[in-house]
Amino acid sequence: MEQVLIYFSENREAIFIILLSIFLGIEVISNVPSVLHTPLMSGANAISGVIIIGGIILLGHADLSEFSLELVLGIMAVLFGTLNVAGGFVVTDRMLNMFKKNKKG
Amino acid sequence: MFGNTIQYGKTILDFSYLVAAILFVVGLKLLSKPESAKRGNLWAAAGMLLAIVTTLILHRDNSGNNIPLTNTIVIIAVISVGTVVGSVIARRVKMTAMPQMVSFYNATGGGASALVALMEFSNLKNTSPLVTLLGLIIGSIAFSGSMIAYGKLNGKIKDWKSPAMKYVNLLMLALIVGITAFMLVAESPIVAPEILLYSLFALSLVYGVFFVMPIGGADMPVVISLLNSFTGIAAAMAGFIYDNQAMILGGIFVGAAGTILTLLMCKAMNRSLLSVIIGAFGGGGAAAGEKEMGTIKEISLSDASVLLNYSKKVVIIPGYGLAAAQAQHVCSELDKLLTERGVEVKYAIHPVAGRMPGHMNVLLAEADVPYEKLVEMDEINPDMPNTDVAIIIGANDVVNPAAIDDPSSPIYGMPIINAREAKNIIVMKRGMGKGYAAIENSLFYHDKTRMLFGDAKDTLQKLLSEIKNL
Repeated sequence: MEQVLIYFSENREAIFIILLSIFLGIEVISNVPSVLHTPLMSGANAISGVIIIGGIILLGHADLSEFSLELVLGIMAVLFGTLNVAGGFVVTDRMLNMFKKNKKG
Repeated sequence: MFGNTIQYGKTILDFSYLVAAILFVVGLKLLSKPESAKRGNLWAAAGMLLAIVTTLILHRDNSGNNIPLTNTIVIIAVISVGTVVGSVIARRVKMTAMPQMVSFYNATGGGASALVALMEFSNLKNTSPLVTLLGLIIGSIAFSGSMIAYGKLNGKIKDWKSPAMKYVNLLMLALIVGITAFMLVAESPIVAPEILLYSLFALSLVYGVFFVMPIGGADMPVVISLLNSFTGIAAAMAGFIYDNQAMILGGIFVGAAGTILTLLMCKAMNRSLLSVIIGAFGGGGAAAGEKEMGTIKEISLSDASVLLNYSKKVVIIPGYGLAAAQAQHVCSELDKLLTERGVEVKYAIHPVAGRMPGHMNVLLAEADVPYEKLVEMDEINPDMPNTDVAIIIGANDVVNPAAIDDPSSPIYGMPIINAREAKNIIVMKRGMGKGYAAIENSLFYHDKTRMLFGDAKDTLQKLLSEIKNL
């Protein structure tokens, strides 16, 4: 019991963030019309590209003077993350554009 | 005070992460309403841009070093390449290929998480080995799984089922858990940690492949959505490594939203997530109780065109076959022609029509079908008895009355579009093949039903010119 409490107090910020984000995620999605499921999935997908920050930190502190695994993986991580972010937002935008155009016409 | 400037920068950075996280939440919230969806996407993108730029300028590592200029240049170069490549592919891809595109970009996100975790695990300053390994495992599964999903939706990879697979998967999962536990607990280096780390990486990749391989048909969107939430969770795990609030919040948020979306999709098909994952639905089993259902009656193109031309109310029920044949444009033309002749045309959209929920709406919107004509299942069903002709184009299971009548059917309980209530039913199909659920559809043998066999695009084209000649 004590260990559980210690663990909780040591990690309480993380636990708060996780739980609140979960509720937030549920709350935001629960009333979505099915028309928007695919664009929404794609938009959420683009946001998960936030991992790019991890890639930037990794590559940002990599030693550039020599060829290393860190350098290669860092470049790949940033590249993958960018593809996820840029591609994701553009794809979502394209899907949504189609709805918009037709609403006018 | 010492280190004042460092503190100052860090506070601004943290603040900008907070703003970015809020933008993500507001963005997704706006994305969930049709009127504001486009704005929502832009807000989320702005949040991402803010987080990226402030990280580049203000990030300090544990010893207080900022990102050196040369590294910044390299990063910006890589980001530029990625942005150009990513958006060019995204702009060129056809609308019918959207689901595989989403899956592909999901794979890249998962891959990035896996790479970051792979690199950071051996970093001595890293104090959270558990989340690092979780990030590696989840990210790798999301990467390889999404790649397989991409290949499958593209038609490059076929389903691959075997009863033994269930056990192989369980064994792999047990191995993954075992190695993870060993790496966290074991003190004595019997095996080098690097070897364990790379075996874990490899195992997770293979597991992702095996996990998605047997899943097919309409279960694919569910899996893509699930893998999407995996990617979010993997990004959050990587966020814990760097104690980065934007990554943690954004990742968990996407993970939760993705999981709910996954469950919503399952609910629309009356399936449990577990049965999707195990893949008990598609394939052999269900076809066992097959019985003779009556005779199929065909209709000629000219009869069909006359019937349509002199109807008052026509409801088009599009399905995956329409998307596969890329027939949405011809379909829209037919709709316009009929509307000109005074026929009221509507589209009945089943929640899982197409390859993803809402995918059919996107496809039809692309083909200039007015938004108002797309009617969701619950609204169109009461109207079906007043409908003169229901045209079913490449849809199968979403109109199968077995979902209402036959408690032994695997799709029993799934809400369907009540096509059989219409006065006449025309079914466009390539042949008598069954839908993804591999169950007979008694609707095709119904007295009111007439079949029009052939490729949807081709048939619609011919129908269009027949009606023009009337």
